[in-house]
Amino acid sequence: MSENKDKIQELREDDIIEDKGFEDPEYSLSDDRRVKVLSPGAMVAKRFFRNRTAMVGLVILLFMFTFSFVGGIVSPYDEDQRFYRVDSMQKEFCSAIKNNEFRYSTAEGQEFSSIVQAKMVLAVQTKQSEFSYGGVDYKLDVLGEDFYAVSIKNGPELGIAYKSVFFPSDESAKLPYNVEKEGLLAYTNGEHRFVADGKSYMIDDDGIVESGGVEIGYISNYIVQSIMSDVFLSRDFKERLIIAINDGIEDFVFEDEQGEEFEYRIEYDAYTNKYTIRQARDTFVYDSYGAPSKEHWLGTDRNGMDMLTRLMYGGRVSLIIGFIVELIANFIGVILGGISGYFGGWVDNLIMRIVDIFYCIPSMPIIIILGAAMDAQMVDPKLRMVYLMLILGFLGWPGVARMIRGQILSLREQEFMTATEATGISISRRIFRHLVPNVIPLLIVSASMGIGGTIITEATLSFLGLGVKFPFASWGNIINDVNNTFVLQNYWFIWIPAGVLLLTTVLAFNLVGDGLRDAFDPRMKR
Amino acid sequence: MKKYILKRVLLAIVILFFVTFIIYALMRSLPTSYIESIARQKSMQPGSKSFDEWMDQLIVMYNMDSGIVVGFFRWWGQMLQGNFGDSWLFTVPVLEKFREVIWLSFIMGAITMFFQLIIAVPLGIIAATKQYSRTDYIISVLALAGISLPTFFFASLLKLVFSVKLGWFDLFGLVSRHHEQLSAMGKFLDKAHHLVLPCITLIVISIGGLMRYTRTNMLEVLNSDYIRTARAKGLSERKVIYHHAFRNTLIPVVTMIGGSLPGLFSGALITETLYSIRGIGWHSYHAMVGGDIPFSMFYLTFMAVLTLLGTLIADILYAVVDPRVRIA
Repeated sequence: MSENKDKIQELREDDIIEDKGFEDPEYSLSDDRRVKVLSPGAMVAKRFFRNRTAMVGLVILLFMFTFSFVGGIVSPYDEDQRFYRVDSMQKEFCSAIKNNEFRYSTAEGQEFSSIVQAKMVLAVQTKQSEFSYGGVDYKLDVLGEDFYAVSIKNGPELGIAYKSVFFPSDESAKLPYNVEKEGLLAYTNGEHRFVADGKSYMIDDDGIVESGGVEIGYISNYIVQSIMSDVFLSRDFKERLIIAINDGIEDFVFEDEQGEEFEYRIEYDAYTNKYTIRQARDTFVYDSYGAPSKEHWLGTDRNGMDMLTRLMYGGRVSLIIGFIVELIANFIGVILGGISGYFGGWVDNLIMRIVDIFYCIPSMPIIIILGAAMDAQMVDPKLRMVYLMLILGFLGWPGVARMIRGQILSLREQEFMTATEATGISISRRIFRHLVPNVIPLLIVSASMGIGGTIITEATLSFLGLGVKFPFASWGNIINDVNNTFVLQNYWFIWIPAGVLLLTTVLAFNLVGDGLRDAFDPRMKR
Repeated sequence: MKKYILKRVLLAIVILFFVTFIIYALMRSLPTSYIESIARQKSMQPGSKSFDEWMDQLIVMYNMDSGIVVGFFRWWGQMLQGNFGDSWLFTVPVLEKFREVIWLSFIMGAITMFFQLIIAVPLGIIAATKQYSRTDYIISVLALAGISLPTFFFASLLKLVFSVKLGWFDLFGLVSRHHEQLSAMGKFLDKAHHLVLPCITLIVISIGGLMRYTRTNMLEVLNSDYIRTARAKGLSERKVIYHHAFRNTLIPVVTMIGGSLPGLFSGALITETLYSIRGIGWHSYHAMVGGDIPFSMFYLTFMAVLTLLGTLIADILYAVVDPRVRIA
């Protein structure tokens, strides 16, 4: 090798010497006068860079690669970093319902059994003033609206039945019977004071009962219940609520014992006759579907993650999967196609029949079935991504093998192959040094278009929820959210950017592939 | 010719045999726990068979009790008798469901193919005759864009524009809410109306491939010697292109179209799912996702048969259409 170089060097020097003999520069053979001949590689590059559409594709691809691989580093956020926002939520707090059932109080020293109570209700419904049970006659006195006293005929009073309830301030203590009865009586008759057991009491318009300046309870026909079990409703709150309901106010503010003020809203449902009270509370929630802002240029997704960052990482996943799948498919395809094309005969026949068989296997359904099975088995998302690549790659090789075989069949008959045979080059060298390099241009073209196709397949699978899984992002599973009609209608920034990126990337791969094909073989430029 | 076709059919059957073997082996190698959990879910449904009955049926159908090879031969025997078992998801025999839904998919496929032909072939020829012109660039880039367009994204865009913003079409389904009150004609129009968006999706997605194929082949023909001769004879450009070139371009195009005819029955897995059009694609997708093994197996076999039929038709047509091709 070095010997040759020396010779060339010598020859050049000879040229220079000879050149000196010619005075006329027109006949000079020095380097600057030679016609520039480009190497085949440079020719290809030149043709490629002249192709406008291919250049557009290349620029898009460069952008996508920087966006995906550099963008993820530059972005201040992580792939699965969640963001929160403070949201004022109207949470259901408690409910108030007008009491429609009779409640009973028994007079001291008497027995007011539940059967008698039931008989009484019957009597009330049939508007009788007397009823009997078990051989005993009872008398029913109407004390007011929905307020009755029951006594044994010509005997002592057993108790009272009422719908407006006297709630004592001290919930553990029971009100004396007389106080309860007189209080309710005064309340039903609209009186503001009453006397019971020698003490005098005052009732204000809201039903709050006082005695000597001390509040002892309130009367109301509403029953207030908390909706969440952990909420304790203070008596003050209940009173305030009932005042609000009686006054027909919809919103009120109440300060609880801890001194915190909350806004409440009362909603009335006429059908169930029920008031629902909602409390406005500041809650810490995922910032889902946050609109684009200065912090999040493309908003946030359902899980409150930064959309732009997700897109960058998603691009990484989509591109890497595209490359690896094509790598696997081409690797198997080139080896099998190469062997098949070079050896021919029964080897060729066998491999081509295998190709036929694999060609017939419907790939999309197979991947969907495997995806569903992996779903059921709860395969780890990372492992799943690897499986996805392997499956896609393995299902992709028959096409490549067919193409390579066809190419090699035609190359095999060309003169340079006869020459390699004549010079006695070993078979593996013949295939991998002389045949395969001739196939590579075609391979690059098909691979660049294949990556585009793979990216679409992967995105479709992820879109269906059978490909790349959360927490990993992929352009397909980002668009997946559009299955929710509300997102489709209202949050363009969730799915349109991912779709546009996907479309332009695949288009760019196709444009570059087209451009490369034209550049490698101008005869194929069609 | 007869001999050739016979040979090809026999070969196709052999290939089908191996393809089904792979499919069967794949099904057999699904984790047993997965199959059992699906069967258990099915048996939980009201009015369903018990778990044991489901499993028994599956074991009988797919011969889970015997080895893979023996089981496979028995399954083939049943398949030849047209017995594909009962669908787990739709709880009717697989073939009954198939007969019920296949025509909807076929109609969609036929509409799509019709429009694909009348749009893609002329555009491809125009692009080829005006090579390197602006028209050519636009058509070529649009064709590539069509190929690069992910179905689900395009369908979502169509839905956003035509269903949400304009309100012209429903988002999902084949019939509208008041379908039952419509007259026969009204029912037909209602269905047609609901098929517009799915068909547009399919057409736009599939048009690019045929367009590029037509263009490439037309260019090849235009560069051949007999076209030069025709031009040299002084024929008008019209006559050269539409008489001499076009007919020769038709050879590969007709072959390709013939090859894709069986595909009319394959249904559109993704598009049907996106629009909830209950054709074979929608049913298969839900069967596969829901672990309905009998229906999935049938669908896989059916797809393999369609692919084989497609290549067979293409090869035979190639020989029929082009007299230069001799059959060995």
